[in-house]
Amino acid sequence: MNIIEFIKQPWAWYVAGPLIGLTVPTLMLLGNKTFGISANLRHVCAACLPANVKFFKYDWKKEIWNFYFAIGIIIGGIIAFNLLSNSNPIQINSKLATELAGYGITNISGMLPEQLFSWQILFSLKGFLLFALGGFLVGFGSRYAGGCTSGHAISGLSNLQLPSLIATCCFMVGGFIMANFILPLILSL
Amino acid sequence: MQNTNSNTDFEVRSLDTICINESHLQHRWYHNLKYLFVGLLFGVVFIKAEIISWYRIQEMFRFQSFHMYGVIGSAVVVGIISILIIKKFNIKTIYGEKVEFHNKKFNKGQIIGGLLFGFGWAITGACPGPIFAQIGSGITVMIVTLFFAIFGTWVYGFFREKLPH
Repeated sequence: MNIIEFIKQPWAWYVAGPLIGLTVPTLMLLGNKTFGISANLRHVCAACLPANVKFFKYDWKKEIWNFYFAIGIIIGGIIAFNLLSNSNPIQINSKLATELAGYGITNISGMLPEQLFSWQILFSLKGFLLFALGGFLVGFGSRYAGGCTSGHAISGLSNLQLPSLIATCCFMVGGFIMANFILPLILSL
Repeated sequence: MQNTNSNTDFEVRSLDTICINESHLQHRWYHNLKYLFVGLLFGVVFIKAEIISWYRIQEMFRFQSFHMYGVIGSAVVVGIISILIIKKFNIKTIYGEKVEFHNKKFNKGQIIGGLLFGFGWAITGACPGPIFAQIGSGITVMIVTLFFAIFGTWVYGFFREKLPH
């Protein structure tokens, strides 16, 4: 098996996790930067529509490195998807597959269910809740919490910050409640 | 009215200390390309380890798979060890600056905001990092999610003073 074939397989957690963890010291040593992606959303607000809101009145140009980081993630996505993907369908837990089949989601070949994540479904109540409400909660919640998975769960916990541990626990509790009790209602629409 | 450059952002930082650029050095724009490269590798990891997959997030919140716990857990362990090494040996940045660390202060936002973020994470199967990788991998409808995430951030900023912290 050559190296490209090897890379094309799905990567195990013990490969991906340490690589993500190394992002923290890499950004620190490259220029004293703190790993945190949701801050980009705030910088976009500060750059495009500060609207005299105090929270958006700061020198966002100082944080422009983070836009480069985000654009890098997009390019990485393009490269990995087009050059490094394998043709095998994703392996998912059979219990999850059974549950999703109950909502009519049967095509589980890609990374995301095509029957949900498409432009056609956007203009339905289900699509509105999935994309608009979901996106809104991600943006509102991460800023309210002062960070997202990268800022709190990875950066904050790496620096042994108790507030980040509290935030991470709340991320998990919120996700647990939504996935098990509320999302099934949305998917049943 | 003050211009934006004179805003030192101290009040904001006390509640929102992450994601702040600590470097005091000024560089030409192309110095930022190194962050683009780190982001690129990061995006590849997101795709290849299926962290962008909505299914993996659903499995995580249903305790049906260890994968995401392994990813986040091992990332934190490596991060903790890295920071300990940087602190112990006082390792400087490539420009010779001292690496700065800031302690976060607790406020109610970490609980309320954390729960709301968890709701959004479970619905979309995406936190802000994977959204960018999903868009790159051709799931263009996530541009809508990104737009609403920015909108949500703006609404938070607008009502910030009225929200419990």
